[in-house]
Amino acid sequence: MSITNPDARSLVADTRASVASYIKSGQPYIWLTAAAITVAFIITCALLVLTAARGLPHFWPAGLVQARYLQPGAPAVDVLAEIRSREEVTAARLKNAGLPVSEDQPLYERLLIKVGNRDLLGSDFRFVLSDWLVERSYPRDAVVLERMEWGNFHGFLESVRIDGKVVEGEAAWTAYRAAQGRVNELRERIRDIEKVQIGSVNYELERLRLAERRLQIEGKTPQSHPDAYAELAARRKEQDARYQQLREQLVDLNREANRDTVTMRTVDGQLIEMPIFKLVDGYRPNAMGTFEKLGHFFAKVWSFVSDEPREANTEGGIFPAIFGTVLMVLIMSVIVTPFGILAALYLREYARQGPLTQAIRIAVNNLAGVPSIVFGMFGLGFFVYFIGAGIDRAFYPEASPAPVFGTPGLLWSSLTLALLTLPVVIVATEEGLARIPRSIREASLALGATKAETLWRVVLPMASPAMMTGLILAIARAAGEVAPLMLVGVVKLAPSLPLDGNFPFIHLERKFMHLGFHIYDVGFQSPNVEAARPLVYATSFLLVLVVISLNVTAITIRNRLRERYKALDH
Amino acid sequence: MENLKMSGVQSKTPLTHGIDIDSLKREHAGLRLHEETIAIEVEGLNLYYGDKQALRNISLKIPERKVTAFIGPSGCGKSTLLRCFNRMNDLIDGCRIEGQIRLHGKNIFDRDVDVAMLRRRVGMVFQKPNPFPKSIYENVAYGMRLAGINKKRELDETVEWALKGAALWDEVKDRLDESALGLSGGQQQRLVIARAIAIQPDVILLDEPCSALDPISTLKVEELINELKNRYTIVIVTHNMQQAARVSDYTAFMYMGDLIEFGDTDQLFTKPQQKQTEDYITGRYG
Repeated sequence: MSITNPDARSLVADTRASVASYIKSGQPYIWLTAAAITVAFIITCALLVLTAARGLPHFWPAGLVQARYLQPGAPAVDVLAEIRSREEVTAARLKNAGLPVSEDQPLYERLLIKVGNRDLLGSDFRFVLSDWLVERSYPRDAVVLERMEWGNFHGFLESVRIDGKVVEGEAAWTAYRAAQGRVNELRERIRDIEKVQIGSVNYELERLRLAERRLQIEGKTPQSHPDAYAELAARRKEQDARYQQLREQLVDLNREANRDTVTMRTVDGQLIEMPIFKLVDGYRPNAMGTFEKLGHFFAKVWSFVSDEPREANTEGGIFPAIFGTVLMVLIMSVIVTPFGILAALYLREYARQGPLTQAIRIAVNNLAGVPSIVFGMFGLGFFVYFIGAGIDRAFYPEASPAPVFGTPGLLWSSLTLALLTLPVVIVATEEGLARIPRSIREASLALGATKAETLWRVVLPMASPAMMTGLILAIARAAGEVAPLMLVGVVKLAPSLPLDGNFPFIHLERKFMHLGFHIYDVGFQSPNVEAARPLVYATSFLLVLVVISLNVTAITIRNRLRERYKALDH
Repeated sequence: MENLKMSGVQSKTPLTHGIDIDSLKREHAGLRLHEETIAIEVEGLNLYYGDKQALRNISLKIPERKVTAFIGPSGCGKSTLLRCFNRMNDLIDGCRIEGQIRLHGKNIFDRDVDVAMLRRRVGMVFQKPNPFPKSIYENVAYGMRLAGINKKRELDETVEWALKGAALWDEVKDRLDESALGLSGGQQQRLVIARAIAIQPDVILLDEPCSALDPISTLKVEELINELKNRYTIVIVTHNMQQAARVSDYTAFMYMGDLIEFGDTDQLFTKPQQKQTEDYITGRYG
């Protein structure tokens, strides 16, 4: 189509390139906004990818290289190790470190290898120069043993003693695998008796002790109240008998578990015999195919997620920390949601809007900006030392001088974080309430509803998505918080979970483990830096996953609510 | 002048065809108002928003089971007056009322009046349809549930009765559990009327009920109003003079917070007593 009418020419876009017309076109703003979201998205992805890439390879069964390390001027050393990382180092730096390197070669490749056998060598990890690590080979029969203590053992299987009978050669490996499976089962049973059953006996005994103490405090003597004391004595006897029986079972099981041993040869020829009971797992990485390795990898990831930590948190799993984090966040949500909603309701719906309300609103918003450690101090000073100690005096005089609630614990952590996240919930709920159209409230009032009925039947359901938004933000903040928790309840290693089979099942007074604090602890407090490093990443990765899954749950609920109470188009 | 006035009447005639013939037959309706039973009696009503006076010394009598329309230019106070009848103005900060409104002889501003009970007897339909984001059924049942009626059978019967009363039953009977927000604007407005009549009020207040509706929906709502006046006292605020002429028996013209003229609709539109009324209905302003 050609333009015949000369007047129409004025409609044609100005194609002359100029900065002014480019800015006027709006293109730069589109690019700017798109760039902002792209950067945000990439950083989020990078965070996940980095933590996963640094953390997850820890669980991959890396090959074991056997080699001879020839450092000039030092005796040759045989090593059987896993290569962890490589880096380029300048000769000058190495010379400073006292290594006899020649300055002709400017750069050397330095390897970080994991040699294991901490009990024999003093350290799991060492740095070696790639050039001096010679005669490398990957023997198929090299074995990695995961031990309960001292970290991994690297070596070769010499023989296995099953029930006094010695098995050698290729049959030894099969025999060892079978024995390991049997021992792991026994360990589960021992753990069950020790932790769960004897734990519950101890719990009962402690309760009986407290009950007796209570009788004494109330001034009831065995003379004045013989029945009460007799009943306590009878129950204690019952528990003692149960304990004896469990004790015997335990002795039997321990004898069974310690029956088999394995004899290993290190790469430099030492023979070491150890009970299989001291081992968790054993595998031959060089003999594994890709699928076997993959299976091993997932099994290790699973045990990381589901097991308890060992060896100052550098080995084993982090289940108690995951559990503690999730439970703490759930309890916090249960506290903060109703509390925040009620506060927002009063502020928005009932309070007379004026300078005072406005001042309160500003104060609430400012609470969100208070550093979290300050909330931790407040929690410690107010909840733990004031309320907690008060509860102890009022309800647990028999436990004194040991505190029950007068010490940091799960309840106080949840309360402190609830306080910390309260502003978010209040602000989000207030905004939700403000968005409910006046016409809907009037419709309800005109039908003879009171204000309270209108709020309860119409306004609150319609504002529920906004409340969920507040909760989502609160969860995101609470799950990642560490500083205040260190003051009000999180510990490096908790002896028991806050949820178990002993009445009343949920123990709010107990201390607990937390993923955020676990990262801090493993990262900064670990004696074994190299062993801890991948765990820091893996734990971070897991923490992010936990936060994501908590949020996804909340967002799913919110979207359901939104669909149900979708905003009116007026 | 006479021509303009006549044109107002003429335009009304075809539109009212089949809707409100008997009102056309009336000659001296001013007399007839005295014969009606009075449902609401307003006496010396003054209303202030802060310092600003929105209603000035209003007195009028609204007959029972008839349609009374309030007309007037924007901001004249017709909606404010309507909202006095169910005390909706209570919700507005700084609103002060003097005078009396008697519903069947009882002053609704008395201290012992329960506002919720008053609003159950004086239902209201708003300018824009405002169904709750609930199912059609729950919208209609809302008022009954508030009144403590929760028996399924009773609710079912009343919901059906109210929806039939609002001429909506046939359109929604198969989807009572679907969201009311899925209905068209006209259907929503009839739903809101059904919701209002479900609690069987004495009076229904309609605040420009058709201003957000298309002509077909408007016609349906107007037909409905004509039906409903057999059972309820209806007060309607409208911007549309032709609508007032079509549906109402009596009309009040208000201007700047004053009640200028109140009388039989025909008389008001054909022989207005006041100059202001005449100017308004002939289109001088508004």
